[in-house]
Amino acid sequence: MRELAYYEAKLEGLREILAADERVHFITEIATGFLGLSPHRVHFRQIASSFPDRVIAPPISELAFCGVAIGAAMAGLRPIVDLITASFAFEAWPQIVNEAANAFYMSGGQTRAPVVFHLLHGLRGAGAAQHSHSPQAMLWNCPGLKIVLPSSPRDVKGLLKTAAASDSPTVFIDHVLLFEYRGSVPENDEAIPFGQAEIKRSGADVTVVATSLMVQRSLAVAERLAKDGIQVEVVDPRTIVPLDFDTIMGSVEKTGRVVVVDECHQSCGVAAELVARIAEAGFDKLKAPIRRVVTLDVPIPFSPRLEEFVSPSEARIAEAIRAAAR
Amino acid sequence: MDPIDQAHQSREWLIESCRRMLLIRHFEETLIGLQNQGHFAGHYHVYIGQEATGVPALSCLAPDDHIFTTHRNHGHLLARGAEPGRMYAEILGRRDGYNKGKGGTFHIAASHLGFHHTSGIVGGIIPLAAGAAYAAKARKTGQIAVCLIGDGALEEGAAPESFNIASLWKLPVLYLCENNGKYGAGRALGAAQSFSMAAYPLTDLPKVYKIPAQQVDGTDALAVYRVVSEVVGKIRQGQGPQFIETHTVRWPGSESNWPVVPVVTSVDLAWDASAAPEKFRDWYRASDPVLAFIRKIVEAGAATRAQLAEIDAQAVDLIDRAAKFALASPFPEPQEALTDVFA
Ligand SMILES: Cc1ncc(C[n+]2csc(CCOP(=O)(O)OP(=O)(O)O)c2C)c(N)n1
Ligand SMILES: [Mg+2]
Repeated sequence: MRELAYYEAKLEGLREILAADERVHFITEIATGFLGLSPHRVHFRQIASSFPDRVIAPPISELAFCGVAIGAAMAGLRPIVDLITASFAFEAWPQIVNEAANAFYMSGGQTRAPVVFHLLHGLRGAGAAQHSHSPQAMLWNCPGLKIVLPSSPRDVKGLLKTAAASDSPTVFIDHVLLFEYRGSVPENDEAIPFGQAEIKRSGADVTVVATSLMVQRSLAVAERLAKDGIQVEVVDPRTIVPLDFDTIMGSVEKTGRVVVVDECHQSCGVAAELVARIAEAGFDKLKAPIRRVVTLDVPIPFSPRLEEFVSPSEARIAEAIRAAAR
Repeated sequence: MDPIDQAHQSREWLIESCRRMLLIRHFEETLIGLQNQGHFAGHYHVYIGQEATGVPALSCLAPDDHIFTTHRNHGHLLARGAEPGRMYAEILGRRDGYNKGKGGTFHIAASHLGFHHTSGIVGGIIPLAAGAAYAAKARKTGQIAVCLIGDGALEEGAAPESFNIASLWKLPVLYLCENNGKYGAGRALGAAQSFSMAAYPLTDLPKVYKIPAQQVDGTDALAVYRVVSEVVGKIRQGQGPQFIETHTVRWPGSESNWPVVPVVTSVDLAWDASAAPEKFRDWYRASDPVLAFIRKIVEAGAATRAQLAEIDAQAVDLIDRAAKFALASPFPEPQEALTDVFA
């Protein structure tokens, strides 16, 4: 099967989406959009120049250009709007969480807003407090938004296609530190439906539920722990709204031991919600307390040592899995 | 009339301003080297090309005025007398940094110099400056607030909303908008419409809110001083907010996100730019505000080339020692990450 780098699969998905549907317009900064400051961003510029009428650069006006995308979605287009760094979404918060998220419900099912918000979340190295947010948990508090967290080349392409075709506002939350990972992406692959978790690695001893970059980090830890005789199963929900809870619980029933790994802050984070649901539904299946590996509850510090200390690092993931396995 | 006489500037002011501009220039040149050697990661922004704005403008302020700045803050802090060693330590994430390594290049804060909060969010400080001005007015302290923003910040809704409030409430705030887009890869183009700003000149925007607004050549230190000192006086008299747009020509080294130094600035470069690579030569000849200021001082007879070369050598030495200080400063202990969350 064909292997692609994550960024290549992501670009291929975008190109195919733009080519297939004239209603898709992409609002983004051409220089640093879609792939951020990755050295591969030149390839994105080529796509932008292939669709000059439908890839459009906005002023630094997140509130307005997100609202423009939402309004255009209500009026027949299917815009993708790029906030680039996820922290910049706060500038557009009123439009995303109070207009887009509510439109369909508040209109009694009349008004669709098929818009995709693209965000690059998380600790990327030296982003400090204002460029390192993972707003997925805050957004999960806004019913009406679908939330996508890809972690592999095949997923980023397949989920982007489903996002572009979704009739509901969808937040597509990516991570720049995923871009270099390689993996198989079949030619003419199908779009990947929302709400289908994937077991990224099978194992009988401990279930790790992880999202986004934390999937890759957990897989690396799982390989090392296998040498010590701990068999880790890594479950990737891929979308948290909708959430495939059955696949998660299937794994929990098998292992009885659970670690949830996520890059949000601890309090009210994605891991907090997943742990609550697992505990509610599967308390009797658990052989050990559930553990979380998440970002510590402080603003993100700049200094690399401090950033490493607050992050859900491989060392902290390994420690939590070992504790759960005991 | 001699432009220097017009500005009524003392020889001491000229020499001190020149010293600070050279300090900023060498700070940034050395910083670029530090990143290229891998001493710190991440994106950063240098103040090269804007020295003749920040240095004279901030010399018009009182020691206790409030100042808010952005991702492009290094020159502003140095202009106010911040220690280059502690700034480097911050940018390198070391314990002796102004923010103890918690902030980095985008967020250098030095509250004893009036820099309370330095934001990397475009437009983030615009309301804050009005707020500090509100407090100064309410407390009758005589302080003013200064909001140092780029041209791009006017694209955010925070700008017009804040202008409206500052004007309605007659707040003592100076908006100093450094338009570094002229001829370069910047955003707003000054006199002309750009891809990102329909209001032009940019001064049209604050004027809608009845905020007096003017433009000045940001590469002409004496012109900047004249305009800023005049409007600061008006603000202190209680006349309300003022807006100044400065124009500078973007340093071509900033076109890449990861700059390299084409030539180390020296006093000799002011008369002979042939040491600069061809792509950069025009900028150093025609648009470099530091070299222009050096020529002006020498031509006016306020100092000799040799005297300025001596000042330059001292600046190079100071920066060299500052970099060594930062490199010798330890990284903070990891547990330090858990401190300073609450006051
Ligand atoms: C809210 C927000 N959107 C986007 C960015 C990314 N960004 C950083 S600097 C910059 C350009 C700013 O231009 P300008 O205000 O003219 O400042 P300059 O860098 O030219 O000094 C942008 C878009 C950001 N930091 N914050
Ligand atoms: Mg600018």
